Amino acid sequence: MKPSHLWLLILVLFVPAAYARILHSEKSLYQNVLVVERQREVCLQFTVRRDLRNQTCMNVDRPDEMLFSYTRMMMAALLLREDPASILVVGLGGGTLPMALQQLFPAARMDIVEIDAAVVRVAKKYFRFTAAANTTVYTQDARVFGRRMNKQGQRYDLILLDAYNGEYIPEHLMTAEYLSETRSLLTETGVLAANTFAISTLYDHESTTYKHVFGRFLNFRHPDSANRVVLATQATFPGKEQLIARAAHLGPRLRRYGVDIKSYLPLLDGRPDWNPEARVLTDQYSPANLLNR
Amino acid sequence: MKTLVIYAMAGLSGFVVMAFEMLGGRILAPWFGSDIYVWGSIITIFMTALAIGYLLGGRWSLQTPSMARYASLFAVAALLLAPMTWYADSMLEWTFNTIEDIRYASLLAATVLFAPATILLGMISPYSVRLLVETTHRSGAVAGVLYFVSTLGSALGTLFTSFYFVLWFEINQIVSALAITLVLLALLGYTTHRLRN
Repeated sequence: MKPSHLWLLILVLFVPAAYARILHSEKSLYQNVLVVERQREVCLQFTVRRDLRNQTCMNVDRPDEMLFSYTRMMMAALLLREDPASILVVGLGGGTLPMALQQLFPAARMDIVEIDAAVVRVAKKYFRFTAAANTTVYTQDARVFGRRMNKQGQRYDLILLDAYNGEYIPEHLMTAEYLSETRSLLTETGVLAANTFAISTLYDHESTTYKHVFGRFLNFRHPDSANRVVLATQATFPGKEQLIARAAHLGPRLRRYGVDIKSYLPLLDGRPDWNPEARVLTDQYSPANLLNR
Repeated sequence: MKTLVIYAMAGLSGFVVMAFEMLGGRILAPWFGSDIYVWGSIITIFMTALAIGYLLGGRWSLQTPSMARYASLFAVAALLLAPMTWYADSMLEWTFNTIEDIRYASLLAATVLFAPATILLGMISPYSVRLLVETTHRSGAVAGVLYFVSTLGSALGTLFTSFYFVLWFEINQIVSALAITLVLLALLGYTTHRLRN
């Protein structure tokens, strides 16, 4: 390599890094929490080994806009349940989803479970997350929270599962038992949306596990995203007409978040595209991260 | 022959202890999560149980030590381990519902579930020393090889369980296999005892 090329390479490699400014770096009990500013975007990252994964990003000028396709995809849950009166969000991250839901449904009661107190602090400080008066943030393990709420007979119209550590979803939050515990937290017409990856062999196992617990579910994959959103309910799924009507109604309200809900309609799929033979994940068998390859 | 059998038995008991400990995390996670204090509870209980086991095993070796008695340690450990597969869940549910603070709930659950069998497994090491040592002069060397074998066994138990067993089997299947291993080791011990007398 000629020296001039070398300089070019160095420039290419290091200039973007120079643009990124670290706003906050913290070793929490669970992960290394990093907040990075790049141009007009602030991102939350959990470090794993040497590669950094963005958990969430926010545009400083348009903080409402959802920059990640999976976050926007999670909003498709509203097609199945338009006006939730009670919401549970598992995994806070930068608080993008809870903030949007608080704005959309100011009267709804919301519980948020986040295991890491550092993430809650960072969301408040750097991502403009504020808990509304009828929102409660619980800093505890989601599994423990779910069991406690079940004991108290708590129910939710909308449950969003978005609990990630630096690697993936914690293994005890992927099992059939956990999903059943979560299902029993749903009201009769309640809807669950879960954000999962769609790119590893784990996809098959997670799919059969959801199938095992919920029976039919809508499998929402988007060409822009390596994630898949599972949409499940115990009620009957709305018909095509109803979905179109809801999308028309929701469309203008969701525009400020960058969600084009109408474009999601043809992508909501009930047909399985996974290996139906994949073993169901249970508390007895959950080598999830060993399968996530 | 007897020496070799004792080393093999001690090494495999080390394997069982750590395989069991690794599964401990998985057994508690559905109820208490896998927080640092859950692992803290597990390690505390295993260490304490082993410490008690060392003490008891040493004391017991003073009274007519024999291969037969040594083998019985394995048999009793198996008897304490196996029932876990059916009572663990109700035990965990009870602790979860009774104790509000997850730290103490997981500590109590770990005590009830893991301590009894681990105490028995802890008794094996000092008892092995007693059976192996023939002269004071050789005692250090014997203890050295014994620690080597049993700690290496522990390392392998940790590795195989966390890398492979959880990928291939259910937790209860692994626990049952560990109990069966202990029964087989007990039989090996008895057989060696009978052959020598």
